Amino acid sequence: MKKLSARRRHPLAAVVVLLLALAATGGLYAAFAPAGKAQADEASQSLAIEEGKKLYTVGCASCHGTGGQGTSDGPSLVGVGAAAVDFQVGTGRMPAATSQGAQVPRKKNIYTQAQIDQLAAYIASLGAGPAVPTKEQYGPEGADIAKGGELFRTNCAQCHNFTGKGGALTEGKYAPSLEGVEPKHIYEAMQTGPQNMPSFPDTTMSEQNKKDIIAYLNAVNSSETENPGGLELGGLGPVSEGLFAWIFGLGALIAVAVWVAARTAKAKKS
Amino acid sequence: MSTANSPESRSRGKAPAGERLADWADGRLGIYSLAKANMRKIFPDHWSFMLGEVCMYSFIIIILTGVYLTLFFHPSMNEVEYHGSYVPLQGQLMSEAFNSTLHISFDVRGGLLIRQIHHWAALIFLAGMFVHMMRVFFTGAFRKPREVNWLFGFLLFVLGMFTGFTGYSLPDDLLSGTGVRFMEGAILSVPIVGTYISFFLFGGEFPGGDFVARFYSIHILLLPGIMLGLMVAHLILVFYHKHTQFAGPGKSNKNVVGMPLLPVYMAKAGGFFFLVFGVIAIIAAIAQINPIWAIGPYRPDQVSTGAQPDWYMGFAEGLIRFMPGWEINLWGHTLVLGVFIPLVLFPLVLAVIAVYPFIEAWITGDKREHHILDRPRNAPTRTAFGVAWITIYMITLVGGGNDLWATHFHLSINAVTWFVRIGFFVGPVIAFVVTKRICLGLQRRDRDKVLHGRETGTIKRLPHGEFIEVHEPLSQEALHTLTAHEQYQPLEIGPTVDENGVERKVKATEKLRAKLSETYFGEESQIPKPTVEEYKEITSGHGHH
Repeated sequence: MKKLSARRRHPLAAVVVLLLALAATGGLYAAFAPAGKAQADEASQSLAIEEGKKLYTVGCASCHGTGGQGTSDGPSLVGVGAAAVDFQVGTGRMPAATSQGAQVPRKKNIYTQAQIDQLAAYIASLGAGPAVPTKEQYGPEGADIAKGGELFRTNCAQCHNFTGKGGALTEGKYAPSLEGVEPKHIYEAMQTGPQNMPSFPDTTMSEQNKKDIIAYLNAVNSSETENPGGLELGGLGPVSEGLFAWIFGLGALIAVAVWVAARTAKAKKS
Repeated sequence: MSTANSPESRSRGKAPAGERLADWADGRLGIYSLAKANMRKIFPDHWSFMLGEVCMYSFIIIILTGVYLTLFFHPSMNEVEYHGSYVPLQGQLMSEAFNSTLHISFDVRGGLLIRQIHHWAALIFLAGMFVHMMRVFFTGAFRKPREVNWLFGFLLFVLGMFTGFTGYSLPDDLLSGTGVRFMEGAILSVPIVGTYISFFLFGGEFPGGDFVARFYSIHILLLPGIMLGLMVAHLILVFYHKHTQFAGPGKSNKNVVGMPLLPVYMAKAGGFFFLVFGVIAIIAAIAQINPIWAIGPYRPDQVSTGAQPDWYMGFAEGLIRFMPGWEINLWGHTLVLGVFIPLVLFPLVLAVIAVYPFIEAWITGDKREHHILDRPRNAPTRTAFGVAWITIYMITLVGGGNDLWATHFHLSINAVTWFVRIGFFVGPVIAFVVTKRICLGLQRRDRDKVLHGRETGTIKRLPHGEFIEVHEPLSQEALHTLTAHEQYQPLEIGPTVDENGVERKVKATEKLRAKLSETYFGEESQIPKPTVEEYKEITSGHGHH
């Protein structure tokens, strides 16, 4: 103690005390503040919302209103959830072109996934809605393909065709082909019901069922699909088959008939 | 007949083995007289005369492949759980019919190829019959004495449609089940008896447990049996009437110019069979048809968009699709006109073309036999009528695929449907007028060619500076071909008052006939073919043209 008290009037004493105090509080803070991570996330989240709002103001506000409340040109986005944003922007449907037809078509997406996440964060902050699904939710693990096929034929085939080739709706609207659509987007579409599609929330179609449907589509309508029997002819059924039979079937046979008839036995001329 | 017992042959010793075998067969089957009558039968050469052969060969291919399929198909609607090799259907409940079709497609050696040959051949068979029928129609080959054979052919086409439809329904997949449901709906729309017929056909409420087995009998036994008989009768009549031919030098109404059945046509037809088989097999090997595994098993509570029948039933689908959904409610009963009217139109559209030969024969009043074919242009009203009929058929077919027209051409399905509704009435009229004009134009061109020769494209400058195109006179053969057709004169009703001043009553049918005759053969409807005098006048050397 003598040594300590002897140096307490040292000119650097105050500095040392200050350092110790800072180290102690810092150490205590580090030890007793487990909420720190969340707080940091919240910070990044609020940052994302902030950034998302900026993107929103540039790309979306002209139709959906400055606060997502909707205008005569676009619906309110309050409560649509992050899943809807991830689907609409991720498939390039939003932002829509100004002179759209009967329906907003799928097109090239112009945002990075990070930007989409920021936009989604902003929209999600406006009101509670379905979140972006995780890979476990739409991945193929643990899915029943056959069950998915049955569910697809019961709930989806009316508009999207037997294997998701798409089909016509009224007045120029259509159910798009599901070929090459990311599993995540299919999941989000079922959850949020974009455009003319009805929504299938978890209360009417369970998470497992959605997973089954996605696995089925992956099995019958993707680049890995095995296709026995040759050319698929668009997978559109009897119309394309009939056209093919007329043009290539009968067409070839008529060509052969012309060829055979043109080669006749000639009488020998002496 | 037999020469085996004659003294000459005995004196030369034993006849060769082949001759003895032929003698043996002749003594029992009478093949010599059969061969004598038929081996030298002459057939004219033209590619369009081979369309019927395409039909016959594809029919044979269908029968051959169909027999193979029956070895593995189970025509039963008993429910089973799938445990075959197609993973996306594992564990699904389905009928035995669907299960066995999957089995044929994935587990029977060559099964999928044979199934695809069977189905492609069926589509081509019907398409071939359609084109063959139109060939006969546009060349006037249906005229006396071939009216009955025309009807046989027409019946073959209609029976082919229903054989195809029942076959399409057999796998009991979601697509074909929807088609059967469609048919059930059409039957139900029949007033009073509809429900009874439906219950009779399905053995109770749709779908019941019977229709696959019943359709199976109809598809493999009843309809093909009738068709086979009709086809044989069709061929016998072709032999009996002898084949028609196009006009040309040396060809008359009393002869047939061509090659003998044996050996030329036997070789040609035999070779052509293998060509037809080859083309169909190639198509079946490269293109998928009716992938029932992707379509899934039938369940009445499921339905898919893009559910269409095979092309030959497509016009029935179209009639239903473009018909407005009218219905009448009377005394608690509903008359579903939206379905019933198409059901009535379906046979009517077909019947119109079937009875045409008899209508034309009545209008012309021609009782003579015709073995020389018409060029379509020389029968403008008939040709225009045929094109108008095809137009109705095709527009209705577009209606049957209205959803695919909409999605593939980025149109509104409502707009396509309205186009079909209007086109159904306006299209044939436009087609009729335009075709008739084109035919008359072609007749004028023929007349011009006969009188003034062929335009050579050679331009000559005369000494006084005038430029003329040199026309080359046609050969005698070409002149004959272009002027061989005969032209009817329009029917006259004649005086309605006789020499005693008594008025004759003119029947309405007679007036109608005279009027129709005027539309067929009046001044507006045919260009008088050049006469010998006109030809001589022009070619006798007065100036150039």
